[in-house]
Formats: sequence, structure tokens, C-alpha cells
Amino acid sequence: MNQNEFIQIVNPFKDKVFRLAKRLLVSVEEAEDATQEVMVKLWTKNETLPNYNSVEALAMTMTKNYCLDQLKSKRASNLQLVHSNYSDRSPSVQKQVEDRDRWAWMEKAMGDLPEQQKLIVQLRDIEQYEYEEIASMLDMNETAIRVALSRARKALRDKMTKTENYGIA
Amino acid sequence: MELHKIESLLDKYFDGETSLAQERELQEYFTSPDVAQHLEQYRPMFGYFAKEKEQRFDGTLPLEPRKRKVVAWLSVAASVAVLLGVGKFAYDNLGSQTTPGDLGTYDNPELAMKETQKALDLLSGHFNKGVESVSYINEYEQSKDLVFKK
Repeated sequence: MNQNEFIQIVNPFKDKVFRLAKRLLVSVEEAEDATQEVMVKLWTKNETLPNYNSVEALAMTMTKNYCLDQLKSKRASNLQLVHSNYSDRSPSVQKQVEDRDRWAWMEKAMGDLPEQQKLIVQLRDIEQYEYEEIASMLDMNETAIRVALSRARKALRDKMTKTENYGIA
Repeated sequence: MELHKIESLLDKYFDGETSLAQERELQEYFTSPDVAQHLEQYRPMFGYFAKEKEQRFDGTLPLEPRKRKVVAWLSVAASVAVLLGVGKFAYDNLGSQTTPGDLGTYDNPELAMKETQKALDLLSGHFNKGVESVSYINEYEQSKDLVFKK
């Protein structure tokens, strides 16, 4: 496989890898590093890539593992990640300006979820993968994923309802 | 779309029982401009999910494996250089020191005598200094005898 072919394969999901990494690592720079790292790892495997039935699923699994490893070593060295990069584009409408504030709350609510729930919400509600695909990426069974997802969604709902009603979280 | 359908979809959604198509329907509804008042609270959730999906990775993909190899070889070269440096230093400095058995010698017996005396003087001088300080111990001996009379 040459470089161009590899890029053809990788292009459709490299944004997903980035978003998953950002969900877990929070900072844009770290997520970019993680994405590059995963892509390089994939590239070094390029001889064996055709043997996998879904390179995308493989990439997502690698991203998950890489990020969790990163987090583990971060925690060991007592580094705290601070999130300061809510991307804010597409304004113009009044309603959307209000939304931005609530999105920040959502981002915070998502940040408070346990890692596994974060992963599942990211893969399902944002990237819209089928349960089957998520199951193979995370090496879990579908029922466990549904249960965790339902829990995570309810937790998000509760947080958002609280914020909506009292303006606190 | 009928409101009760959305409501029942929402219930299923929170129980994790919706299909992707149904979830897309929900997302469509909640990102549209007219959301029912009592469902307003769910809007930010679906809006956020939709917004998050728009993020793009705009870094470059470093797919040049050679660069990494160059870096690896550089570090090998550097460590070899350091090793060579340390080796040469050790060889030059330790090698120039006299071997333990060879302490040098004098050809002139008179000079040798003088030097030997000088060395012995130095030795006895230091030795006496040592003995002087030991003589203080007698003080202790005396005061001890004062207390413990024989």
C-alpha cells in the first residue's frame, strides 16, 4: 500500500479519531498528537491492514487505548487537564448565541462522565455508530453498551435539567 | 412531526433502545427552529452532539517513516560519540599516571639522603603533633584520680 492509498483509506475517519481523542484528552493539542500517533501506528502496520475487515474500527480501538494510556500516565504524574477550548463557530442567530452557553454546560456534563460512558456517548450520539460496531471497538457486549449508554444519557439529562431550572450544575 | 411520537422516542432514547434512524429523527427535530416549550431542555443536548460532529482534524499526518529512523540513528551516533569521548579521556588520563610499583629514584646518594631526612622530619613532626594532643588525656586521668581516690 502506498501513501496515497493509505490516505484514501484514512481520510474518512481521521476526524472521528480526532474527536474521540479530544473527548478523552480534552485539549486540542493533545488530541492532535494522539491522532498523529494513531495514524503513524496504522501506517507502520500498512502491510497487514488489508487483513482487517474494518480499518476504521481498528483505528478507533487504537485511539481509545492510546488515550486511556495517556490519561493513566497523566494521572500518575499528577497533571491536570484544563479545558479552555470550547470551539465557537457558526453564530449569527440569536438563539445560537444562547445555545453556546448551554453547550458549554453540556461539555462540562460530558466531562464529568466516567471514561467508558464518555467513549460510548461519543461513539453513539456524536459519531452515530451501530451498537455492533461500538461493541467491536470497545470489546464489550451490546447489552452492556446499551446499559451504559442509557445511564450516561440520563445523567446528562439530569445535569442539563438542573442547569436549566436553577442555573447551577 | 407529531409531538407524542417525539415524546415516546425520547423515552426510548433514554433507555438506550432507539435505532440510529430514530436517533437521527430526534436530532433533526431538536435542531429545527420550532421545538415544543416543554421539550426545550433537551435542545442543548442534541445541538451539542450535532455541533461536536463538525470538529475537524487539521493537523498533518506525519507519514514519513524515514524521519523517525534518522532520529533513531542520530541518537545511536550521539551515544557512540559520547562513549568514544569518555573512553579516550579515561585512556589518556589514567594511562599517564605512574604504575604502583614505580615511585621514581635518585641518582645522587647525597641528595637522596637529604630528601629522605626531609621526609622523615615531616613524618616525625606530624607524629609529635599527634602525641601532643593525646597528652590532654592525662588531664582527664588527673581529675578522675581526684574524685576516685585510691
